[in-house]
Amino acid sequence: MVAAIVNTLVQGVLIGGLYALFALGLSLSVGVMRAVNVAHGDFIVVVSYLLLSIATGFGLNIFLALALVLPVAFLGGFALQRYLLQRVSGKAVLAPLLVTFGLAIIIQNGLLEGYGADPRVLPGGALETKVVSIFGMQLGLMPLVTLAAAIVLIFALDRLLYKSQVGALIRAVSDDPGAASLIGLSPNQVYGIAMGIVGMTVAVAACFMGLRSNFDPASGPGNLLIAFESVVLGGLGSLWGTLAGGVVLGVAQGVGGQIDFAWQTLAGHIVFLAVLAVRPQGLFPRY
Amino acid sequence: MAKLTSYAAPLRGLLVLGAVALAFGPWLFGGVTQIFLTQFFCMLVLALMWNLLAGYADIVTLGQHGFVGVGAYALYGFTALGGVNPFVAVLLAGLVAFLVAIPTMALVFRLRAVYLAVGTWVVAEALMLTAGKLPGLGQGSGASLPVAVARMLGATPSARFASIYWLAFALALAAFLTTYLLLRSRIGLGLTAMRDNEEAAGAMGVDLRRARILCFLLTAPFLGVAGAVITLQKLRVSPMSSFSVNEWTVFVIFNVVIGGIGSLEGPILGTLLFFVLRDHLADLGPWHLIVLGALSIATMLLEPRGLWGLARRALNFDLIPVSRAPSREFAARFQGGPTPQGEREISAHPAE
Repeated sequence: MVAAIVNTLVQGVLIGGLYALFALGLSLSVGVMRAVNVAHGDFIVVVSYLLLSIATGFGLNIFLALALVLPVAFLGGFALQRYLLQRVSGKAVLAPLLVTFGLAIIIQNGLLEGYGADPRVLPGGALETKVVSIFGMQLGLMPLVTLAAAIVLIFALDRLLYKSQVGALIRAVSDDPGAASLIGLSPNQVYGIAMGIVGMTVAVAACFMGLRSNFDPASGPGNLLIAFESVVLGGLGSLWGTLAGGVVLGVAQGVGGQIDFAWQTLAGHIVFLAVLAVRPQGLFPRY
Repeated sequence: MAKLTSYAAPLRGLLVLGAVALAFGPWLFGGVTQIFLTQFFCMLVLALMWNLLAGYADIVTLGQHGFVGVGAYALYGFTALGGVNPFVAVLLAGLVAFLVAIPTMALVFRLRAVYLAVGTWVVAEALMLTAGKLPGLGQGSGASLPVAVARMLGATPSARFASIYWLAFALALAAFLTTYLLLRSRIGLGLTAMRDNEEAAGAMGVDLRRARILCFLLTAPFLGVAGAVITLQKLRVSPMSSFSVNEWTVFVIFNVVIGGIGSLEGPILGTLLFFVLRDHLADLGPWHLIVLGALSIATMLLEPRGLWGLARRALNFDLIPVSRAPSREFAARFQGGPTPQGEREISAHPAE
């Protein structure tokens, strides 16, 4: 009984690592766009398909494929911000929200047209089936690597945003674009770079999502809701809080799934709404 | 340009005449056309409601399908399980949607503005998943309305078509008049001021929060009744189709954006266009939505006020004026002379 409870919790924490990967890019992009990127989940899915095509097309190891895709993802994020989102960004939430909403629908249906509706999974090779034993528990290596990737990425992003020069620029422009341009910064350039970084986090999330679970053209909105819930649960602006938010969701879904498989997703939403009711600022708000 | 405004009265007359003709639909049209128009009325209601929230109250919701689904399931519950007359159940479905909207509002309004849109989507998802777990309502695979319920709408199929047609027509008319009167009222004036400049409106004493809450709660019963009428036509509920995000949110948003957000003509024009093109575009499969998505992005980039924004530039008058004309004295002071018709409205179209 105790072992079963511990196992549910541990599995929840491990899936929380994946959810944090979904959420990191969203958290960063809200600061840039001043709106939620409704297509965030679909961006993750489209990169998963790109990784699938590269890995299977050239017979490459999936992590090698990821290394090839990272610079593409940076450029994709940069271009999206500079040539599309920047043109509609302003005070109102409406325009950027609706543009990304349109993108989301285009991506979902474009993938449906190009790849069909069948669920896919990324080829993980030997990593898929490896199991390690920790404190007597048999844990899959892949979920552990995913959680480790989330922790490394959060650490790196935290350093980048709060300790590096680029991070100082991003924060300056995001806090006050007017003042930032007064002192000679180019907000558009900085926003572009920030969205490029978001693109790279999306690529990492796409890789681990495809390794850990099935995906299909309609998976995007589910990813978006998970990412969104993790960000709000964790507390706005806090990267480590986002990890905590992802873990809370993962554990809630795990416990729900124990009661009845069909309750898994609903349990996550219910915990999210309950936390929103009692603690709207999230668990670890930075601001 | 000045001459075009003289068309305003005849065009408005035509619009009223068209609405009056539609009231006699079952005597004028065959069954297929009635079904088609019933669907049009329901989609129009969804478009008017989304437009009221996103175009005026600054609440961009992505969770409309939640209330549509609640209405659908409420109708099923009242008629199939409770034995209530379907005409009464339609209204009760609106009441249930309203009751669900109260806690929803309390929750999502805790989110900051940028997060509110996705928050409404989470609630809609949660409602859909809950509907699939309710006992006696078909669970995940859904359930069909008993024949006895359909019989209560009319003895013959044509009588049933006519009943559902009139329900949908009455709903659309009520939704239109409510939105129109709300926007012409003090609250509407505040909403327009808020849309144009939120801070200035707040400083002038417009109670923004109250106005937004009122709009959010007002839309829910209309969405719920629309869901109930749609269910009477489809005779079936299921989580996937009754809470369909594509049907009741995605298409609706595209219709309003392409037609013209922030006007009353826009949602009507967009929904009309959607139904005119639907049969042609449906053959395109996934390309149907790709085309609509690309069109709505292009609209946001090129003409945020949509097709009606383009038309209005040429016409220079509102077909359905929801804003008030400034007094001649005011117009003279701010525009350097009286306008030819005294009809140009200052607040309706802010500088873009």
